Amino acid sequence: MTDAPLPADQPFRVSMLVYDRRYRSMTFQVIVFILVMAVAWWLVNNTIQNLAAQGKDFNFGFLFQRAGYDIPQTSIPYNSDDWHLRATIVGLLNTIIVSVLGCVAATILGVSIGVARLSKNWLFARLMTIYVETFRNIPLLLWILIIYALFTEIMPPPNAYRGEDPAWSKILFDQVALTNRYTAIPALGMTNDPGTLDLGARITVNWAVIAFLVAIIGGWFIRGAILDRAQAIQDRTGIRPTTWWINLAVMTVPSLLLIWYFGLHLLAPELKGFNFAGGINLGNAFVVLWLALTLYTGAFIAEIVRAGILSVSHGQSEAAFALGLRPNRTMNLVILPQALRVIIPPLISQYLNLMKNSSLAIAVGYMDLRGTLGGTTLNQTGRELESIVLMMLIYLILSLMISGGMNVFNSRVKLKER
Amino acid sequence: MALGSNNEVNMKKTVFLGSIAVAGMTAGMGMADTLADVKARGELNCGVNTGLVGFAAPDANGNWAGFDIDLCKAVAAAVLGDPSKVKYVPTTGQTRFTALSSGEVDMLARNSTWTFSRDTDLKLDFAGVNYYDGQGFMVPKDLGVTSVKELDGATICIQTGTTTELNLADYFKANDLSYQPVNIDSNAEGEQQYMAGACDAYTTDISGLAATRAAFADPENHVILPEVVSKEPLGPAVRHGDNNWGDIVRWTLNALIAAEEYGVTSKNIEELVKSSDNPEVQRLLGVSGELGAMIGLDNEWAKRAIQASGNYGEIFAANIGEQTPIGLTRGLNAQWTQGGLLYAQPFR
Amino acid sequence: MSKTSTRDAAFFRETMLPPEPPPIREAGAVKWLRENLFSGPVNTLLTVLGLAIIWFLVSHFWDWFAHSVWNADSLAQCREIIAATWGEGARGACFAVIRERWHQYMFGFYPPSLYWRPLLAFGLLMVALAPILFSETQQIRRIVLVATTVATLLFMQVLGVPTAAFLLSAIVMIGATILAERHAGWLLIFSALYPLIGVFLLWGGTLWAPLMVLAGIGLGWLGWRLVGIVSPMLAVVAGILVTLIWWIGFTGEAAGDLQNLLPLGITSVQSEKFGGFLLAITIGVAGIALSLPIGIILALARRSDMFLVTSLAVIFIEFIRGVPLISLLFVASLLLNYFLPPGTDFDIILRVIIMVTVFAAAYMAEVIRGGLAALPKGQYEAADSLGLDYWKAQRLIILPQALKISIPGIVSTFIGMFKDTTLVTFVGLFDPLKGISDFVRANFAWKGIYWEPFIFTGAIFFIICFSMSRYSMYLERRLQRDNR
Repeated sequence: MTDAPLPADQPFRVSMLVYDRRYRSMTFQVIVFILVMAVAWWLVNNTIQNLAAQGKDFNFGFLFQRAGYDIPQTSIPYNSDDWHLRATIVGLLNTIIVSVLGCVAATILGVSIGVARLSKNWLFARLMTIYVETFRNIPLLLWILIIYALFTEIMPPPNAYRGEDPAWSKILFDQVALTNRYTAIPALGMTNDPGTLDLGARITVNWAVIAFLVAIIGGWFIRGAILDRAQAIQDRTGIRPTTWWINLAVMTVPSLLLIWYFGLHLLAPELKGFNFAGGINLGNAFVVLWLALTLYTGAFIAEIVRAGILSVSHGQSEAAFALGLRPNRTMNLVILPQALRVIIPPLISQYLNLMKNSSLAIAVGYMDLRGTLGGTTLNQTGRELESIVLMMLIYLILSLMISGGMNVFNSRVKLKER
Repeated sequence: MALGSNNEVNMKKTVFLGSIAVAGMTAGMGMADTLADVKARGELNCGVNTGLVGFAAPDANGNWAGFDIDLCKAVAAAVLGDPSKVKYVPTTGQTRFTALSSGEVDMLARNSTWTFSRDTDLKLDFAGVNYYDGQGFMVPKDLGVTSVKELDGATICIQTGTTTELNLADYFKANDLSYQPVNIDSNAEGEQQYMAGACDAYTTDISGLAATRAAFADPENHVILPEVVSKEPLGPAVRHGDNNWGDIVRWTLNALIAAEEYGVTSKNIEELVKSSDNPEVQRLLGVSGELGAMIGLDNEWAKRAIQASGNYGEIFAANIGEQTPIGLTRGLNAQWTQGGLLYAQPFR
Repeated sequence: MSKTSTRDAAFFRETMLPPEPPPIREAGAVKWLRENLFSGPVNTLLTVLGLAIIWFLVSHFWDWFAHSVWNADSLAQCREIIAATWGEGARGACFAVIRERWHQYMFGFYPPSLYWRPLLAFGLLMVALAPILFSETQQIRRIVLVATTVATLLFMQVLGVPTAAFLLSAIVMIGATILAERHAGWLLIFSALYPLIGVFLLWGGTLWAPLMVLAGIGLGWLGWRLVGIVSPMLAVVAGILVTLIWWIGFTGEAAGDLQNLLPLGITSVQSEKFGGFLLAITIGVAGIALSLPIGIILALARRSDMFLVTSLAVIFIEFIRGVPLISLLFVASLLLNYFLPPGTDFDIILRVIIMVTVFAAAYMAEVIRGGLAALPKGQYEAADSLGLDYWKAQRLIILPQALKISIPGIVSTFIGMFKDTTLVTFVGLFDPLKGISDFVRANFAWKGIYWEPFIFTGAIFFIICFSMSRYSMYLERRLQRDNR
């Protein structure tokens, strides 16, 4: 607020706390602070009284008791003798897995649909519009239930794949089997297994995974160096050396070599006994949740992408063409940076929504963070206050991490105003 | 009472927003004197299952009926004189105990298993057992399985957040069997998954299995395996600390059981009030003695409770007995005189 | 050249030639097809793909849909009818379940004889919203009001509402429509009163309760006027305090006493009778109505230049936006009782509404903050240069414009929240998607019926949400034009 300079020599009076603009905001803040503290104290005090009245306390010791329940899908070794803490971590990892996979798939789907909606093809654009509107205007819970019902009611039991002339056959080059219990996908096998690295707490990582990570990250850095060098040459001489094939080689050759060295191959799931074995059986709870989150969020992302592309005015691409840029460079250097500026902020909130919506796992019994810590653990221990507070804190941290990470990215693509 | 001695606690507290307060709020007392609260409110808040056929489920018009519901009705009849003065609060497996300890419901009649930790750590008091149950397994007949021991490697549907989940883990571990759990949120989903063949076996309390199987189009094609892997004494629960209220619920349940033992039914009760010369029955029905005053009720409380929907046997037969689609036999839930476990403490 | 000479020349035409039809490839359906569906290899591929998708959907679902049965008592009977009519092994939908149970999907367990009350409440909601949302032109408001009136009365007729209630509703609705024609401004008063009317209609009970709430506002006004003689700033505080004290301390008892003196009211309906779309709409509307003012305050707080206020607002908003709604619902059902004074216990629906409000308020704050930020800086400077103080500037210049810009965002927040009301099923309430459907399936007759309820509830959600989003898009376009 722009105040006229007030005479400074006035003596201080109490009424100035209210009437003098210099002090009023301080007064107001102090009052707000006192009020907020009072409310907080009131809530905490009530909680203490209520806990005392029920003879309960507030401690997280229950996390170190035996959990006693099994979890269908775990990414780290877990059994019912483990602590509730480990069950919580298993749930958290499950939340992260479905969220990350959901974000990736939803982005791919959303971008393709968003572009397809702008297609000149009347029929296809209309179809995509129908998809987007249907998914956006019907609750996610219904989609989860519908896809769940699709999987249980329409997919066959595993034994439908049995026999000489089975009723169902595997799809995608005989690699994937859809059943009403799980989706069997191929696992990765190695003829030359390098063994595993023990990280403690019964968590192990295969050396091959580490090798691939190193290869990919290293390749990325080398690519960066090559590009920097190319830029430097271009600045100096005006001629940009061809880099794409070197980059491609740097990015792919090490990985291909590793694949050859470890003898990496797919292990297709085979029906053994009651069930498929050999591959990885993804529980339907996971597949359903993942599909539903992808389809639902994809519809929102499609709208965002479409709006982003439409927001770049036609003049921009015309100007780029007039400067003699080729179409792909026009896209990379002119259209995309501007469209991304519009796309990224709402995209962040879609990712956040997806992560939060993954808690709807409750509808299909996928054991995510809410299913373990906020579900069975809460129920078995009766520690609802601790469980839910901890659960909300973890979700909050996840949210802040996503929005923090994406904001960094956003500030990099943001239009630099100078 | 340990918890109710604080006078501040006894003050009724209403929360902001007058209109909504009057419209939707029942400012009630959490822990102190449940009986006085129920009487003041004129209504019993009874926590029940969200829907388990035979035990607690609303009918097509939204009227609740079932085995657990009749217990709520009996308590309401005993305390308030009218079995219809019950507000049924559907609780999920997640919310049930909190609903009770927070005072949202006065009693929980929601097939909850009486266990050590619930009785002590969760600060509940179980007022008795109204159904002796055990965890069992149901499999389709054409699976050709006759024992749980043959379920090695099977996919098993299980409701999360129940004791059955722990029993299942323990039993399979003890017998060195492996299994693949399919977690489900409610009995409705369990049925859906099992019917579609998404799991080889469905495990829950045997009564629940029977109710589920009864609802199938082809109940004869499903068998409940003989093993009972756990003890599941199901009973009504009240808050820890209000002993008088706990007594009322306990003795209402006892009255229903005792009534069956002495042959008091809703049909002949008026007649027996006049004619019975069995002193125990006389005391039960309030003809002699002053039992009602001892628990803060009038002398006809037990009579009204029995009149509400009959004695234990009648309630059992009407909701889950062999004449109903659920078709449970009395088994463990027969009177002790018939080889069962029902044994009402004497009314004297 | 004169006219006569041209006329005489033989090679001049007297009339225009009729235009030739364009070549077949460039006209009519063929042109359209060529340009829109087969303009290139990629496009042709897409068309084929699109046709394949349509064919897949139609071939899988058409006969199921065509073989619908609307008259049956149970799923088994449905299947018999389908088998008898279309032969053994035919698949068909059994919409009989909707026919038999639709009222539960709509009203939950609300007493059937009182269905007119939620209907009237909903009709009046439209009337109350008219001056706020549909005030763009007289014509739109007229269309909305007349359509609402007709629809409400039609539904009442279909439901067989008691004549007296029907007449009352008709008078109220038609009266409101006429009022909107004559004195549109008066409708705003009705909008302000609507929360009380709506609550009274839905839950019923004594009429004294809403009257006493009104009395609280009246007393607050009185306090404001009286103290206003001494100091205008104290007056605001006094007014709010008096109102709050009256509401917290006396409303319930005063209403009870007056009710004893002069019983006046309608049948009270308990919250647990609410279910289906009635529940979803009640929670949604209450949440949005309560969250709007809170959201405005939060947005202003976040943009204020007072450090403490800003950080509190940021913490609150980011915390609420950072956790899933379902965890807040668990707080409502499991934890709220811990946070309130010992012994306080109130209705789960009210608790859910509180948490949904808190949730929506955080999102609303961000939407409104966006509106505030989008306002040209000149507007703030203009307000300052006129010498308006902060609140006057907000009230007269900033907020009216900022809120107008935010309407599309507010509507889409509402759509999101309305869809999210289905999550209340996880705290044991009967939402239309899962709560009511599970309850219907718990009945022996309808066990195993999935798709029909999904389609029915999905269609209703779609209609409501889609029309809201279209309306907000329309509004957006209009407002854009205004701003230019």
